[in-house]
Amino acid sequence: MRKRLLCCLFMALLTMTALGGCAGGTGESSGDKSSTESQGDSNATQAGEPKYGGSIVVGIQQDIDSLDPHKATAAGTKEILFNIFEGLVKPLEDGSLTGAVASDYTLSDDGLVYTFTLRDNVKFHSGEAVTAEDVKYSLERVSGLLDGTALISTMKAIQSVEIIDEKTVQVTVGSPNPELIYSFVAAIIPAGSGEDEAADPIGTGPFSFVSYTPQEGIRLAKNGAYWQEGLPYLDQVDFKIITSSDTALLEMQGGSIDIYPYLTDSQAKELSGSFQILSAASDVVQALFLNNAEKPLDDVRVRQAICYALDKDSVNDFVTGGNSVPIGSAMLPTLHDFYVDLNGVYGNAADIDKAKELLADAGYPDGFDLEITVPSNYEVHMQTAEVVVEQLKLAGINATINGVEWGTWLDQCYNGRQYQSTICGITCDMTPGYLLNRFQSESKKNFINFVNAEYDAAYASAQECVTLEERAQYYNQLQQILADEAGTAFLQIPPITIAMNPKLAGYKFYPVYVQDMSTVYFTE
Amino acid sequence: MEQNLGRRNNKYLAAGLVMTLLVAGVALLGVFWTPYGTTVMSASEKFHGPSLRHLFGTDNFGRDIFSRVMKGAGATILISGLVVSVSGAMGILAGAVTGYFGGILDEVMMRITDAVNGFPSVLLGLVIISVLGPGRQNVVISLVIVFTPSFIRIVRSEFIRLRDADYISRARMMGVGRLRILFVHILPNTMSTFWASVMIGFNNAILAESGMSFLGIGVQPPDATLGNMLSDAQGYLTRAPWYALAPGLTMVWIVLGFSLLGEGLRRTQT
Repeated sequence: MRKRLLCCLFMALLTMTALGGCAGGTGESSGDKSSTESQGDSNATQAGEPKYGGSIVVGIQQDIDSLDPHKATAAGTKEILFNIFEGLVKPLEDGSLTGAVASDYTLSDDGLVYTFTLRDNVKFHSGEAVTAEDVKYSLERVSGLLDGTALISTMKAIQSVEIIDEKTVQVTVGSPNPELIYSFVAAIIPAGSGEDEAADPIGTGPFSFVSYTPQEGIRLAKNGAYWQEGLPYLDQVDFKIITSSDTALLEMQGGSIDIYPYLTDSQAKELSGSFQILSAASDVVQALFLNNAEKPLDDVRVRQAICYALDKDSVNDFVTGGNSVPIGSAMLPTLHDFYVDLNGVYGNAADIDKAKELLADAGYPDGFDLEITVPSNYEVHMQTAEVVVEQLKLAGINATINGVEWGTWLDQCYNGRQYQSTICGITCDMTPGYLLNRFQSESKKNFINFVNAEYDAAYASAQECVTLEERAQYYNQLQQILADEAGTAFLQIPPITIAMNPKLAGYKFYPVYVQDMSTVYFTE
Repeated sequence: MEQNLGRRNNKYLAAGLVMTLLVAGVALLGVFWTPYGTTVMSASEKFHGPSLRHLFGTDNFGRDIFSRVMKGAGATILISGLVVSVSGAMGILAGAVTGYFGGILDEVMMRITDAVNGFPSVLLGLVIISVLGPGRQNVVISLVIVFTPSFIRIVRSEFIRLRDADYISRARMMGVGRLRILFVHILPNTMSTFWASVMIGFNNAILAESGMSFLGIGVQPPDATLGNMLSDAQGYLTRAPWYALAPGLTMVWIVLGFSLLGEGLRRTQT
């Protein structure tokens, strides 16, 4: 009898420990939350008076690929280098451009000659003033005039760079291109510095480079001689590499990171008590990309059926908490002058009857099997895939998810084009043609194998236009073709959500992927 | 004294049996019927806490966690069961032959198992999966490769112990066939050790499978296993603790049940 009792006790004890362990964990963190919520409240009533000085830590997701601003290709590197380097022009929050190293520029009537006037008092971090020589060197380096290899491909258009006087530089291009001015954000570096930049980057930006430790992070210090009066506020910024978002969450809760820019919806909710949560539209177009060369997706009716079967509103609701912007074609809504709202073509809600009808027309009355390859390290895309699988099921399409590593995805889907469909995001820059360029039949980046003669012709016509207004018409047409032909099932622009220490203010969102620390300041 | 010992053993056995049968029953039921569809999403029922309507609550997609645990436990048990039976069968065959006959075959086989054992088991599994690609089948294949060597070693050592036993020598002298000696005279006497290692192996397989699904390289969503449910749940620990607790405790329950069962079996036979 006693033995039986002991046995029961033992069992009970085990269960209790298991339960207690888990419950203890959650109890602790909910305690955290309530204590930090009060902090958040007190912050809300503060007046945001900017204070100079102080240092912050910003969490970033991946290591730097190169500190040479002309050679860095990863978006995660460029967003940091934005603080160290500046081009002749630089972007503003609304996506327009403003003078940086150049105070002004003019474009000849035929669109072939750019004349830049350099700003006074712009100094490199080394203390030397920026001269026309430096500008000429930098532009020749990126355009390939220096050694034959163009470091920035759009800059290949530059045919010559001439120094008119010590404050004026003239750039001649081969053919008129109203979107080329966006490429002049390319960094201006000291003449002759070239390969040294990778080890000791010297630019004109609001922060100067201090040190870089691979796998750990990069440290920047205030550029006291920055040409913009009163900026930056902070004395020091550390970018700390944290590859796991779960680790980042823990570090934020522990208080060792001040700004973390890539939160998922659920993380934002976890942190909302203790941090300021800011959110804006990102520059990523998320879609269920359909490989137009694979059966049965080579049939436009099948692709349209998939578009009809998707319920963009519920993807938005389930995955991004309703903060996304649904889209119907390849253009960022933030590029107002070029964007056409094509969500109406297939609707934001699902139209299952229409989808089934089209499938029956195409010869698949009972649906078909569809494999969706997803880069599994992206939580947003994985969750979207789960929702999409459910939605397609209603239309009779039997979809399965194949989660792969990022490297595998790049090899297999993006470069190899060996896939049926994939959910991922493609980033855009500020040039409206950037996203549309990739869907030309022969484009190297056309990983969905979209082939449409009308599209190619319209894109070619657009490139011949000298003004952006004329281009806009063709770009509208391109978006329409892409939507009508259901080249791919566009979903949404997911939001970019950042968490920031409540004592900080002044964070700015840009339509491109940058972390501008120059305007961030402490309020207390 | 003898009797007393026997009774205590039965307690382990009984507790283990009850726990295992319960979870196996529920999982088996899940194959044919679950209260809700395991992948049916509902926007209006996201993150509902446990209630009579949803016994274990709902997840971030508004799916019923109890239904998913039923299916998930089934998938986990099925995969682990397959792994252990295939590994076990291969272990008996290879172990019996190498243990009884020895010689060059034994030498080769042992070096192979040494090589496999040289890697941390989960790491080796990960490598195999990354070559084969994720998915249910490949998880089974990779775990079989990882688990078989230990079964071979256990069976082999038992056969070595018994091959020179008196009753076997007598049997040989009487001209009993080799196969008969191997599988009728020796094998039954190795079973107590073998079953105990099966129980441990099964638990390890459950944890290994869950680990793989947790890392996203096992069974692919939206199909549920305990591992990928846990992985999804970790982002919602404070907001929806029941999401992680349900698959977590189920896993503890299964593993504990089998450990008790194994312990009970071991004690009855010694």
